[in-house]
Amino acid sequence: MCTVCGCSGTVKIGDLELTHEEAHRLGLPHGHDHEHRHDAHDHDHPRLSGGTIHFGLGVAGTSVPGMEQSRLIEIETGILSKNDAVAGANRRVLRALGAYAVNLVSSPGSGKTTLLCETIRHLGAHPLTVIEGDQQTSNDADRIRATGAEAVQVNTGKGCHLDAEMVARAMDALPLAPGSFLFIENVGNLVCPAAFDLGEDAKVAILSVTEGEDKPLKYPDMFTAARVALVNKTDLAPYCGTDLDLIEANLRRVNPTIEVIRLSARTGEGMEHWLRWLKGRLAEKTLRKAG
Amino acid sequence: MHEMSLAEGIREIIEDQARRHSFARVRHLRLEIGRFAGVEKEALAFAFDVVMRGSPAEGATLEMIDLPGRALCYDCGETVELADRLDPCPNCGSGKLMPQGGDEMRIKDMEVV
Ligand SMILES: Nc1nc2c(ncn2[C@@H]2O[C@H](COP(=O)(O)OP(=O)(O)OP(=O)(O)O)[C@@H](O)[C@H]2O)c(=O)[nH]1
Ligand SMILES: [Mg+2]
Ligand SMILES: [Zn+2]
Ligand SMILES: [Zn+2]
Ligand SMILES: [Zn+2]
Ligand SMILES: [Zn+2]
Repeated sequence: MCTVCGCSGTVKIGDLELTHEEAHRLGLPHGHDHEHRHDAHDHDHPRLSGGTIHFGLGVAGTSVPGMEQSRLIEIETGILSKNDAVAGANRRVLRALGAYAVNLVSSPGSGKTTLLCETIRHLGAHPLTVIEGDQQTSNDADRIRATGAEAVQVNTGKGCHLDAEMVARAMDALPLAPGSFLFIENVGNLVCPAAFDLGEDAKVAILSVTEGEDKPLKYPDMFTAARVALVNKTDLAPYCGTDLDLIEANLRRVNPTIEVIRLSARTGEGMEHWLRWLKGRLAEKTLRKAG
Repeated sequence: MHEMSLAEGIREIIEDQARRHSFARVRHLRLEIGRFAGVEKEALAFAFDVVMRGSPAEGATLEMIDLPGRALCYDCGETVELADRLDPCPNCGSGKLMPQGGDEMRIKDMEVV
């Protein structure tokens, strides 16, 4: 059921069937065969202030004790099934727009924001929006906005990763355009962002040359989940004595199909390779939508 | 790390099930956790105790069932079972393996009153 207006039913555009709620998120015109019930909201809304959405500001619970004969309930439900359902809705919204979403994951300080600013500069007039995830501060969204791009900062509070619900709220606050890129900078953390689907088209892992060649082996889940690994700060490799081939071999050891792009957000080396990859994926998605 | 969020996910599912099946309390809960799920079992057990306070599963016992880790070997083409994520292929010794499951994190069932 639609939590926006309480309607059930679906809206079709092309071969894509959207839920009523997704149609609302896209602002698509649609009919109602009943009266609106705007009292249907049973969830609370995180606070949105000055382009920053705050999560993790309090929970409450109730308890109902009782005594009866016990019974077994079989569920077979994924622990993250709720997250995955919201991620699926995000993905359908993006697909309806033909927009391509990248989930950037890495340890803190590998250069995600710097690389994003450079990417935005190189993409010029191409429509794009950015979601910045950090536990605290709006520094990164401020850096993105300084390039002229639209950005929403999500503060996760204690949370060490973005989840699909946070991204859904942020997407609703952004002017997502058809054929645009949506860049999602996850919280700097090589562990749990791997487990949380946000609805993105691809996870892109960034690994900077100063972090040590063995990171893919120490944190295999993240590099297994990623479609591309960007080996950043190659300008520093000579000073750190980094073995770039060994990094690449370790990446392939945990993910034989991963695509590796060596680059430097500082000098611009390798940037065209990365931009070519991005534009190629977007073109593929737009084609799929048209065909 | 994210064991807290996992426990919160479990709590949401339990509260949802409590409404649907109208039970008051969970006595025993069984999870299925794949070997490659990256779940720290002790951390999850601890988070479970904390997060379930005030929920129908407060004080419930938690049981975690291991599911095997499987991977496809890019050299011999076999799907093999691995005890550890970075073990070589038991069939041909290759290190080019792609996980094919083993990342499950499921609630299997629960005993309720
Ligand atoms: N030499 C060099 N420095 C870089 C490069 N890319 C980023 N940096 C520097 O690395 C530092 C961290 O960069 P950020 O872009 O803030 O990294 P981040 O991954 O966004 O960091 P968090 O969001 O805090 O996790 C900054 O001092 C950047 O100037 C690069 O290619 N070469
Ligand atoms: Mg950043
Ligand atoms: Zn409403
Ligand atoms: Zn409606
Ligand atoms: Zn986390
Ligand atoms: Zn093999």
